[in-house]
Amino acid sequence: MFNFDFVKPSSIADAVAAMAQTGAQALSGGQTLTPTMKQRLASPSVLVSLTGIAEMKGVCLGADGLSIGGATTHATVAAEAGAYYPALADLAANIGDPMVRNRGTIGGSVANNDPAACYPSAVLASGATVVTNKRKIAADDYFVGMFSTALDEGEFITGVTFPVPEKAAYVKFNQPASRFALTGVFVAKYASGVRVAVTGASNNGVFRWAEAEAALSANFSASAVEGLTVSAADLITDLHGTAAYRANLVKVLTKRAVAGAK
Amino acid sequence: MPKDTGIGASSKRREDVRFLSGKGLYTQDIALAGQTYAVMVRSNVAHGKIKSINTAKAAAMPGVLAVFTGEDFKDVGGNPAGWLINSRDGTPMREPKRPVLAHGKVRHVGDAYAAIVAESYNQAKDAAQQLADDTDIEELPAIIDMKAAVANADNRVHDEIPDNVCFDWGWIEDNRAAVDAAFKSAPHVTTLELVNNRLVPNAMEPRASIGEYNTGTGDYKLTTTSQNPHLTRLLVAAFVLGIPENKLTVVAPDVGGGFGSKIYHYGEEAVVLAAAKKLGRPVRWIAERSESFLSDAHGRDHVTKIEMASTKDGEILAIRTETLANVGAYLSNFSTATPTFLHGTLMAGPYKVPHVYVNVKTVFTNTAPVDAYRGAGRPEATFSIERVVDKMCRELGLDAFEVRRKNLLTPDQFPYTTPVGLVYDTGNYQATLDKAIELGDVAGFESRRAASAAKGKLRGMGLSTWIEACGIAPSHLVGVLGARVGLFDAATVRVNATGNISVMTGAHSHGQGHETVFAQIVADKLGVDESSIEIVHGDTSKIPFGMGSYGSRSLAVCGSAMTKAVDKIIAKGKKIAAHMLEASEGDIVFEAGKFSVAGTDKAKTFGEIAFSAYVPHNYPLETLEPGLEETAFYDPANFTYPAGAYICEVEVDPETGKVDIASFTCADDFGNVMNPMIVEGQVHGGVGQGIGQALLENTVYDENGQILTASFMDYAMPRADDVPFYTVDHSCATPCTHNPLGAKGCGEAGAIGSPPAVVNAVIDALHRGGHTHVAHIDMPVSPARVWAAING
Repeated sequence: MFNFDFVKPSSIADAVAAMAQTGAQALSGGQTLTPTMKQRLASPSVLVSLTGIAEMKGVCLGADGLSIGGATTHATVAAEAGAYYPALADLAANIGDPMVRNRGTIGGSVANNDPAACYPSAVLASGATVVTNKRKIAADDYFVGMFSTALDEGEFITGVTFPVPEKAAYVKFNQPASRFALTGVFVAKYASGVRVAVTGASNNGVFRWAEAEAALSANFSASAVEGLTVSAADLITDLHGTAAYRANLVKVLTKRAVAGAK
Repeated sequence: MPKDTGIGASSKRREDVRFLSGKGLYTQDIALAGQTYAVMVRSNVAHGKIKSINTAKAAAMPGVLAVFTGEDFKDVGGNPAGWLINSRDGTPMREPKRPVLAHGKVRHVGDAYAAIVAESYNQAKDAAQQLADDTDIEELPAIIDMKAAVANADNRVHDEIPDNVCFDWGWIEDNRAAVDAAFKSAPHVTTLELVNNRLVPNAMEPRASIGEYNTGTGDYKLTTTSQNPHLTRLLVAAFVLGIPENKLTVVAPDVGGGFGSKIYHYGEEAVVLAAAKKLGRPVRWIAERSESFLSDAHGRDHVTKIEMASTKDGEILAIRTETLANVGAYLSNFSTATPTFLHGTLMAGPYKVPHVYVNVKTVFTNTAPVDAYRGAGRPEATFSIERVVDKMCRELGLDAFEVRRKNLLTPDQFPYTTPVGLVYDTGNYQATLDKAIELGDVAGFESRRAASAAKGKLRGMGLSTWIEACGIAPSHLVGVLGARVGLFDAATVRVNATGNISVMTGAHSHGQGHETVFAQIVADKLGVDESSIEIVHGDTSKIPFGMGSYGSRSLAVCGSAMTKAVDKIIAKGKKIAAHMLEASEGDIVFEAGKFSVAGTDKAKTFGEIAFSAYVPHNYPLETLEPGLEETAFYDPANFTYPAGAYICEVEVDPETGKVDIASFTCADDFGNVMNPMIVEGQVHGGVGQGIGQALLENTVYDENGQILTASFMDYAMPRADDVPFYTVDHSCATPCTHNPLGAKGCGEAGAIGSPPAVVNAVIDALHRGGHTHVAHIDMPVSPARVWAAING
């Protein structure tokens, strides 16, 4: 690890100021950034910790839905979101292990947009709004590609607001080593229709499975997706599974998510 | 009634007090005044010619004290292979020099070609990065696939070895014609081609070494993560650096696991010693986990074709195998023994097979060295045999249990000389098979299968009847087979004047629980309290000698040496007692910690005898030396042969291919058991590693020799929820006939016996589910592979 300066602002305004420094890098739970720095693959000159900002922490139900502060840990979401959005709490409760869940944050995960992370599927399937220090970004505009988002340089996530669905479920199939999602599917049923978001499977990062959304919006049952096929064209082939295997998982997990939605 | 102390008691592991309370002392915990930090500079290409290394910039960086390259060690010795194996044509194996630091060429990703020593770790890292930038390596085509390596004479890992073959070994070559004839006339032949997947040992504690040099005395000290400090001393002293053995102390303090990977001497140990001498300051090197993936000796990595000739009703007539065994870029210390004498000699399994022939070609590739890993050759043999037996049963429509019962050796056949050169001394394989069938509730399988089916899961049951040769090893035998060392062990029992006891053992404990078990044995034999005994190990300046811990040898070999030393203590004690009690030595009996005159109430306690030995006022000084300390060396007469039967049940999710272990039952024969709790723990750990190999672990190099599974993000270690609650039994014991404890060893058994049970269970599940086209799936039997097999 290279040397760096460390600041821990207590307000969003102070964080914005700190992020304006040359070589500044936001640090939330550090579950990706810290190992990257230890491997000397990243060398920020200033680390700006976002976890000391009270207004960026917590779970709160408001008029627009369930708002979660960007610096809220997975463990907190798992413990506090269940009463409002059980599928989201369930997702958070199954990220990594207890150490990861007590350090990692929703803002960090959504900003990093790892193609195998769990949270992006919930954000996209819920049609959530990503709130930053500058603006509000709709989920459909936010995820640009693998490790790529609509965030500008120096912009950071202060919170995410999730419209609460009638029913939802997240089903993840673990990559055997990392236990990230080899493929994960988040299904959310709203009065306006069903949204299905898939993580872990695509070379382009999290995506919506439009055919399944249409079929499920018409008939919210596992059998509705039985006849659909998933194209393996843009899906990931790696050590742990081929594109064809992932295509199979997308369908199997979608059916299981629908069956288990609550 | 279970005992609560001594041999056979489940005494709590005394070492766990310090381990669990954070008071263990591992190499990394040792902080020395004036210490410096070494960082290795490792190749990021698999194969390349070192054209130039410009050390000037790195050497001038802040805090840098020294820069070493292969050039600095070109005149010292190589790190040798411990066994000389001859090819079928009688020619000796090819032995390229394994230098301290790569010189001329780099031969695998992670091959260290330079080392930096600096005042701080980060300064050393900075300079290492600079040096890498200032090094010109011309990348050469990587040799990764073994078949291609053997076929392509132009592309060579070592320029002097044209076909990349270390040796082409036949066992037993003289039997080959008879084996071939048996196949020609056999009513049925089953053929199976399989891969025994390469594993990274991943001990909890990465390797670490600290070198010290005393400029006043010329003494060296190496503190290192070793399973055998004396062997490391021998290799460093006699072979590599040429330091006299009596000027080098090797200490292996608390060591966090090894599984074989810490048997061997590695170049970093020589670097820190040479650097300490050059600087006159302690030099420490602590591996990062990612370095462990790149530079620890890996395990397994065989590609095998096995054939089994049988009658139509499943009587095994002959076994024939052809194996390519990867040794990686250099010969690690046991690498030539593992695929040969620890593998080929086991190829009859626990069966009465008249004809067996084994061919092994070991192949150099541009990958990390491969050597013994928990089980070492025996898991590879067991997997091949137990998979092909199962395949034969399926091909012939025979019951897997009955076919094994038909072929297993029976108790009246011992001692039994196998066609591959071993003499099994004792066993009762029917008893362990029956016990496994009972404990695994084989009778109830069908109802469990139906319950799984109701959940949409395919349930299967797999069997493995396994045997191993361990308690390594009789020196006279291994000497004939090519070993360059003896494989005895040693112990000193020192009774102190106040009656408490220090026992110095050659066996090294790196998690096994020796400090508890060895104390139990000595306490039991001497009739004293376990708490009065201290076990000392891991320091060449304190212990007499030792060949270390591996090959399930600590109890069978070192425990036997310790038992012999205790016997000498008792014999001397009798002489002292005879004098004190004014009786003849022949009339003294020793029982329950007391020396007494037979048939009388005249007695002296063990403590009184010890005191007299050190305060010899009433003592036969004219015929007996004072003091009470004895050393014994023990060289085993034979290997020991633990054996057992394992039954695994799995549930397969046919939609995703995910395999869950539903139950795992072990019925083992370890001979006499000293501490049942520790034995159970060893079986749990071994089976856990076997399940890891069967379902999860794999080491993958791409065609350029980049290791794709270089972290826990991609290398899947088994975790608690990957393994079941085991059913473990060791009641069917046939004591070893040739060592004083009757003990066989249990450390590797689980890793040897379990992988085929798991894979057999998966294949069984698929067949029962109608997927009868699936004859085999290579390990790891991952969800993706199972799904592909079902849909293939």
